Amino acid sequence: MAVYLFADTQVLVQGITGNQGSFHARQMVKYGTRVVAGVSPGKGGQDLDGIPVYDTVAAAAERHRLDASILFTPAPFAKDAAFEAIDAGVKVLVMLPEHIPVHDALAVMAFAKSRGTVLVGPNTFGVVSSGKCKIGIMPNQFFVPGKVGVVSRSGTLCYEIVGNLKAAGLGTSTVVGLGGDRVVGLSFIDVLAEMEQDPETEAIVMVGEIGGSAEEEAARFIKERLTKPVIAYLAGKSAPPGKRMGHAGAIIERGKGSFAGKVRALNSAGVPVAELPFQVPELVAAALGR
Amino acid sequence: MKLYEYMGKELFSRYGIPVPTGGVAAAPEEAEALAGQIGSVVVKSQVLSGKRGKSGGIGFADNPSQAGELAAGMLGTLLSGFTVEKVLVERKLQIDRELYLALTIDGAARKPVLLASAQGGMDIEEVPEDLIIKLPLDVTIGMQPFVTREVTRRLGVSGPVARQVADILLKMYKIFVECDAELVEINPLIVSDGQVIAADAKVTIDDDALYRQSGFPLVEERTATEKAAHEIGLSYVELDGDIAVMANGAGITMATLDLIEYYGGRAANFLDAGGGAGVEQTARALELLLARKPKAMLINIFGGITRCDDVAAAFAYVKQNIGIPVPVVIRLVGTNEEKGREILRENGIEAYQMMHEAAAKAVQIARKL
Repeated sequence: MAVYLFADTQVLVQGITGNQGSFHARQMVKYGTRVVAGVSPGKGGQDLDGIPVYDTVAAAAERHRLDASILFTPAPFAKDAAFEAIDAGVKVLVMLPEHIPVHDALAVMAFAKSRGTVLVGPNTFGVVSSGKCKIGIMPNQFFVPGKVGVVSRSGTLCYEIVGNLKAAGLGTSTVVGLGGDRVVGLSFIDVLAEMEQDPETEAIVMVGEIGGSAEEEAARFIKERLTKPVIAYLAGKSAPPGKRMGHAGAIIERGKGSFAGKVRALNSAGVPVAELPFQVPELVAAALGR
Repeated sequence: MKLYEYMGKELFSRYGIPVPTGGVAAAPEEAEALAGQIGSVVVKSQVLSGKRGKSGGIGFADNPSQAGELAAGMLGTLLSGFTVEKVLVERKLQIDRELYLALTIDGAARKPVLLASAQGGMDIEEVPEDLIIKLPLDVTIGMQPFVTREVTRRLGVSGPVARQVADILLKMYKIFVECDAELVEINPLIVSDGQVIAADAKVTIDDDALYRQSGFPLVEERTATEKAAHEIGLSYVELDGDIAVMANGAGITMATLDLIEYYGGRAANFLDAGGGAGVEQTARALELLLARKPKAMLINIFGGITRCDDVAAAFAYVKQNIGIPVPVVIRLVGTNEEKGREILRENGIEAYQMMHEAAAKAVQIARKL
């Protein structure tokens, strides 16, 4: 099973002729993703290694079943491109770009919700159901099939954790990047709920960070609803209050979103929090009874 | 980007939200002249921080010379870490009632949220939760009259005052959307002899939307190094330790700082070189870090889009052309790792595989010096 993405998911790449778009479209294909079409306004009729390029999403949708799409569109045009994909009926939309104005993101989220589209991001590395389908920019070699679901607010740190899991002989079922912006389409809770239902996922790793209240809300949800073991790692223990650490949401403001508060909330929900990234695999192995 | 109060009030005026009569002064004589035109005034130092009242940043004057003296006492002083460069001189108003109104974004609900309270005038964080009205807004319909009626009902205002509050709410929402604001806050919104007036203005514009918001002068909150880093597209925050840090990705950079602290060291900065930083950008980042004269440097790269050989090449370039006078510890894994390690070896550095080992080593070096 896995969640969100499956072996037969057909993927559209918006902005496929750009630098990032073409490079990562090729990487996705290499991973085994079924990239069936690309869109680049004004470039319709071209192709990328045999992947047909269309001017509009509607034109691509006339010829292909489009289950999911990923945006490589520059931030100022991302809202329009997202509306276009949602309007064409994709079920999963990965909004990769960062620096999308927050009012644009809010408008996209409202529209996605009204159409039942799962919106991932913005400012995310994407989603991968290991060994089946990767929609995003993560390095292929670390994402091998296994039983651990991973959900993360940050990108490289997630690769680090997944890399550690792989080194310990633990593969992943689905890995979801929520995105580093203050407002993102998927929350920890959304992903935890899906993974709870997924027969392939036996344990879940949450990679969080300081700022906001997403981890605290997830902790409440885990306490009430989750039966599968959850292990967490949180970045930002040493961050001083009032300093924004790269991500829009990573800031301790007025004492809210602190590291200690998040650890307390997670621990009270029975979630162990690894102190160092390389300790995550040990905790997962223990939870899986290995 | 936060706006100064006077900028927020200029914005309010442009959208038709009533603000007290007044003007900005950068010198005591200007404050004096303004007070001469207005009469009894309040003089407010313009800094990007709340709690001005408690720290002497706000004063009242009954005549022009008093206003000049107040301004002279404020201008040039340091208030919560910011130098006061301007003061706002405004008519002193009779206050019959103080309300609170704000529009901001609720990240968890993924919606704008309207906050209102009948307990205006104090720090909203100190107002009990049950005295704050919280209404999520749907962006597909925006601020509608029915929402304003519900707010005024719950605020307990009626008649002309309710009508004025409703009008202000509609205009606030217009500012919120048209100016790409993350926050539009009025605290207090005062009722003065039947008139509803914004006695303060807090507006924050979304940094990511500044490219399409040309109407605002740039308000600088960053240090010189932070500014330089921003200009080359890096996310940089100054800290007060002695180990310079560079990593790729905000989360892993934070985790690197955490590891330094775990092993008993202190980081000099947060620097996220981002995904896909090339040789030149990386070299400039290294130069920036060295300029602050750290005791040691820790580079932590997990290559995804970022290529290890690019980082190594940048390091080699800086070492050969500018010189790296401090001990450097590098952790390098991921895309093009072998090529990167080879370049480093040629430059006399053996890269680490595990980030915690590299962090421990950097701390050990910094402590010995």
